[in-house]
Amino acid sequence: MVLVAETTSLNSILERVARADTLTDMQQEIERLRDHFGVDHIVYHWVSSDGEQYGCGTYPMTWVERYLEKNYLRIDPVVLGCYQRFHPVDWKRLDWSGKAARNFLADAIEHGVGNQGFSVPIRGPNGQYALFSLSHNSDDDTWADFTASHHRDLIMAAHAFNQRALELEPGRAQETAQALSPREVDAMTLLALGYSRAQVANSLSISEHTLRVYIESARHKLGALNTIHAVARALSRGLIVI
Amino acid sequence: MIRYIYGNDLHNWPTLARSMFQDRATQFHDRLGWAVSVDARGEERDAYDAINPLYVIWEDGAGRHGGSMRFLPTTGQTMVNDHFMDLADGVRIESPFIWECTRFCLAPRPEPRTAAALMLAGGEIMTGFGVKHFVGVFDGLMQRVYRRIGATPDVLGTKGEGRAKLCVGLWEFSTETRARLSHGSGISEAQSKGWFQQAFGDVPKQGVSRAA
Repeated sequence: MVLVAETTSLNSILERVARADTLTDMQQEIERLRDHFGVDHIVYHWVSSDGEQYGCGTYPMTWVERYLEKNYLRIDPVVLGCYQRFHPVDWKRLDWSGKAARNFLADAIEHGVGNQGFSVPIRGPNGQYALFSLSHNSDDDTWADFTASHHRDLIMAAHAFNQRALELEPGRAQETAQALSPREVDAMTLLALGYSRAQVANSLSISEHTLRVYIESARHKLGALNTIHAVARALSRGLIVI
Repeated sequence: MIRYIYGNDLHNWPTLARSMFQDRATQFHDRLGWAVSVDARGEERDAYDAINPLYVIWEDGAGRHGGSMRFLPTTGQTMVNDHFMDLADGVRIESPFIWECTRFCLAPRPEPRTAAALMLAGGEIMTGFGVKHFVGVFDGLMQRVYRRIGATPDVLGTKGEGRAKLCVGLWEFSTETRARLSHGSGISEAQSKGWFQQAFGDVPKQGVSRAA
């Protein structure tokens, strides 16, 4: 059991997710992401408002078929416990008390899903709802350590997949979803020029806390892992010029 | 005690929910004169109550509402991005690590510790769910309450004067703030954490793992 092999950096995976042209590309990246985190499985799933299913994941085909055949969607505690919610959750905290849920779990383990899981429910624009889940076979302590130490990365990865899925949705208007506001552009430009946060806040006449929030917003819109990557992406996409 | 309840679970606490929406009508409609809609039962609700927010509610000994606030992730629809972007320098605040906090409300005669207890609960959300900032919409009176309890937000912008004054602000949460709020509310940090864990099922349930 290997949790997190640093062979392919998370940044380069998320960068490729952001440029993925098809669900097939995203499928390739979710496999890379699974290898990166060293977990058994990762799944991203979104049912759009018109009932279309978008997703990618690493579950064995036998389990996907079994799931559909048994119509497990009705009783899956992960789906029931995450639907329309928005806090990340360890599967242990969901309600597995019913007989149907316990049988479902046994079947899932039988099919290699793993005995541990962690899900990030995603709420996007216009009531969009998607789910990003990891599963693994390990003891409780190992899993607790893994999810605690990668909490932030898991949430960022979940949203990177979702952002790209939204952009790839057929018929979606080419809105400027990723455009930065003038204020964010100012902040990123000054950071790119090498100003310290205190200097940037001072130049923009805002508090450092406000600046942190603007930078965090820009980071998310750019799908970057941290401020340095966000500045690099803003530069390479021509959103800021220095 | 503090309860954390998603909108679609509110029906399990009918008295608590009803008194919360009624106290919101009292605060935002009667007292502040905001243009909010109040239904025939005297309950105030808006469009954001309809999209399954997470409510954090102080429940008094009689099971009624003592104070509350409402959370939504800024990756989805939020009041700040829909209506008050002009108060945030035109920045659409959006990140899974920033949640919006609105409708911070206190019952007409709240226990003195209510506001601090709620803010302490906000800290549990940050720690428990990895949230780094809250962006909030609040009224001028609340601004004074926040200052008094030692959880002063960083005000991004304000609109209107007097009773109609509306603010957009940011919170972070330091360990010092937590200690101050715990002291101010007389609620131990362990108790505050316990309520959070109770709500989100921190105790492993039978089923997934334990004996892998």
